[in-house]
Amino acid sequence: MTLQHPIPGSNTDLHRLYQEMRRVRSFEERVGELFVRGQTAGSMLHLSIGEESAAVGVCAAMQPQDTFTTHHRGHGIFLARGADPARMMAEIGGKEAGYCHGKGGSMHIADMGLGHLGANAIVGGGIPTVVGAGLAARHKKTGAVSVAFFGDGATGQGILYESMNMAALWGLPVVFCCINNQYGMGTRIDQATANTRLHERAQAFGLNGETVDGLDVESVAAAARRIVDAARAGKPGFLAVDCYRFYGHARKDKSPYRDAAEEDAGRQKDPVAHARARLIAAGLVTAADLDALDAAIDAEMDATIDFTIAQAEPPLSSMFRDVYDPSEPEPEPVRTRLDRVLARE
Amino acid sequence: MEMTYRDALRQALADAMRDDPDVVIMGEEVGRYGGAYGVTKDLIRDFGPDRVIDTPISEPAIVGAAVGAAMTGLRPVAELMYVDFIGMTMDQLANQAAKIRYMFGGQIGVPMVLRTQGGTGRSAGAQHSQSLEAYVMHTPGLRLAMPATVADAYHLLRQALTKPDPVVFIEHKALYTMKEDVDLSAPALEWGKAAVRRTGDDLVIVTYSRQLHYALDAAKTLSAQGIEATVIDLRTLNPLDFETIRPHVERVGRVMVVSEGAMTCGVAAELAARITEECFDFLHDPVIRVAGEDIPISVSTQLESGSVPGPKLIAETAGRLFA
Ligand SMILES: Cc1ncc(C[n+]2csc(CCOP(=O)(O)OP(=O)(O)O)c2C)c(N)n1
Ligand SMILES: [Mg+2]
Repeated sequence: MTLQHPIPGSNTDLHRLYQEMRRVRSFEERVGELFVRGQTAGSMLHLSIGEESAAVGVCAAMQPQDTFTTHHRGHGIFLARGADPARMMAEIGGKEAGYCHGKGGSMHIADMGLGHLGANAIVGGGIPTVVGAGLAARHKKTGAVSVAFFGDGATGQGILYESMNMAALWGLPVVFCCINNQYGMGTRIDQATANTRLHERAQAFGLNGETVDGLDVESVAAAARRIVDAARAGKPGFLAVDCYRFYGHARKDKSPYRDAAEEDAGRQKDPVAHARARLIAAGLVTAADLDALDAAIDAEMDATIDFTIAQAEPPLSSMFRDVYDPSEPEPEPVRTRLDRVLARE
Repeated sequence: MEMTYRDALRQALADAMRDDPDVVIMGEEVGRYGGAYGVTKDLIRDFGPDRVIDTPISEPAIVGAAVGAAMTGLRPVAELMYVDFIGMTMDQLANQAAKIRYMFGGQIGVPMVLRTQGGTGRSAGAQHSQSLEAYVMHTPGLRLAMPATVADAYHLLRQALTKPDPVVFIEHKALYTMKEDVDLSAPALEWGKAAVRRTGDDLVIVTYSRQLHYALDAAKTLSAQGIEATVIDLRTLNPLDFETIRPHVERVGRVMVVSEGAMTCGVAAELAARITEECFDFLHDPVIRVAGEDIPISVSTQLESGSVPGPKLIAETAGRLFA
């Protein structure tokens, strides 16, 4: 079975959305496996399992010219946007073949070709980028919307409010998408803020603001379409997608601060399983059809691990590259300077 | 033509905006107010509010939006009213602007300019008088220009607006009204080159920004005492033009580094270390740092001027090297 990557904005039918979410889930499981096998470069890996509908639903509402930034838990978003999972996995593995030649890794992956202006390891760090991208889009009349994806934790950062205020003030084609997985590390959202109806903040600044249940990817896609289309027409928006972080904050976190009953209930909110059940219930596909699709996806994602393991690390000589533009001299290595200084007679 | 440092900066912005439709200015009070120090006066009239953008008082987002705009095709000039506020923007500057090219494997640069001003001289107090260039110089990925002359105010800003990487451009608040007779059409010294402003055989003074003028004053005093100084104006601190410094140090063997920033871990400290390492065999004396005191700046004019180098301290210190 051949897998078709979505052209963003082209198709929101449930089968396609399921396939995309299933790819994210499968990819994230393989990231975990790569880590277990000691093959990831980064010690910091944040999986988006349980949040697939946010990535897939919002990307489905975006158009090819659109741009976006993500937070540190951004694998699913990039994949839903059409990233090559093998190059993604290679980047997570710190390999030369990765999107950023192994210099960025999981938390700093980017691809200008797909409008990915960068993942960010600073909570809230990528949010104002979209304000600038919105200004540029308007100035250059590209028709692009720029979407900032971030977690609920970023609602504690002042820069979100600075950015929303500017976007509303200037009527920019910008969307703020908060993937509310209920936790910032070990702090539940209601332990971090008194008003957990996050979209109200955006409304207070004059943006469109909605919260959507992430269980149902079609609802997310529909809400995203409303918010993104309005932003394109000059009314920026905010969309919170409610979901649950299925596993720990990062790979080694076993979430001792959550009890089992809560986790069990949280994991009931599974957008992949939900879409699957709906597809079958609607008689659109059989379980066997989906099993075959899943197997093909898993095979595709398995191959990313083999690919990554086979790839080379970036050469040591690349260390000084890209600090500045290639037309400028590279910084002098410490060792070169030491050799010169110590060579005096 | 006679013009002020402020007018030269404005001219550079206007010329750049005329030449490049992607240049936009954004910051607090840059439009209708004309800039806290008047640098952007009337630009909104000439270029309109879409290119001279008044922002809310949100420094982190001003810099962050400039980063995003620079990544998507504009060439923004963000204005930070005082360099003292740079701490508020440090994430966007140091974690984003400075590292994006590198983290993303060279896919894209951030061709933005962050214009700001610093230094003492207006009795502006501890939070509006600092010289924080070392914060910037300590961050790989950021270029740093600090013009001392009217001609450099123009040319360095024009050049900064053609650079592929983020440039922090720190003006000195005490220089805005300084006048010089300049011919802006004359060929400019290259970006990244230090200027030898005076040549003498007894002492090398390496400095930048307003301290250049103090060093030149001191050099006159010293000359009257028979001590002839070479005075080097760095112009840009990143790139740092060590190759212009080296032959003078090797020729003369006595060096003072003068900076308004606080002494400890400052620009003068870095230069002293480099000169010592690279030119040790040529030095007759330790490299002397003349820099700001390691204290906050006071609003009292006496305490303010007393806490940073001036012509007197520079000349006296140099004189003691020869006592
Ligand atoms: C400015 C900043 N502060 C703190 C951290 C450490 N940190 C990393 S992720 C995280 C929690 C973020 O929570 P959220 O935004 O909800 O994203 P999630 O991890 O849930 O996807 C924290 C505190 C950081 N990376 N950056
Ligand atoms: Mg969270």
